[in-house]
Amino acid sequence: MAVELRASPFDPWRELAAAPGGEAPAGGFGATCAFVGTMRDFNEGAAVERMFLEHYPGMTERQLAAIVDETRSAHGLLDARVIHRVGSIEPGEAIVLVAVWSAHRREAFDGCRALMEALKHRAPFWKRESGAGGDRWVERNTPG
Amino acid sequence: MHVTVKAFAHLRDRFGIDETGVELDPQACVQDAWRAATGEDAMPKHVFAAVNLEYAQPGDRLHEGDEVAFFPPVTGG
Repeated sequence: MAVELRASPFDPWRELAAAPGGEAPAGGFGATCAFVGTMRDFNEGAAVERMFLEHYPGMTERQLAAIVDETRSAHGLLDARVIHRVGSIEPGEAIVLVAVWSAHRREAFDGCRALMEALKHRAPFWKRESGAGGDRWVERNTPG
Repeated sequence: MHVTVKAFAHLRDRFGIDETGVELDPQACVQDAWRAATGEDAMPKHVFAAVNLEYAQPGDRLHEGDEVAFFPPVTGG
């Protein structure tokens, strides 16, 4: 599947090892590029104990699928895949895996970055951080 | 006409709307759904809207049975 939301922890490296070529034809891809976002225990000056990742069931999947399709076309990718957590997340856990495959490196580097940036700006997710001071909705992304 | 309004993240907390039905005029647009659901006149710039799971603008016309959602800037990834 090109897009998956996961309610429980996942290992992005096992996912890649299980499908090292994605759906790209064997022998057809020369480049793989992957990005993993991991939950940190510190953000904007405050310690973070855990996070809740809210989403909009239906719209989140639809927007991610559109982002994947658009990025594949725009960058000539052979395949692209997103796995994203939802629900409660602990520091050190993977939040997102973005992986892309292409014939050559330029498309892979550019496509992976483009997909991640589009996800950050368009995909309906909202982070609520919990720490000593209580709960706080994250208001903005860090610059890309 | 009847539309369903949903709100997410701090907007849900602030207005106490998880999912609610509102009655609007047949020519109503997204902004009218905001007014009906929140009691506020204008949609703030930092509030985004979706209709039937696609991003929408405040002036977009609504139709019977539409699902309208309001939410803050997204922060996934």
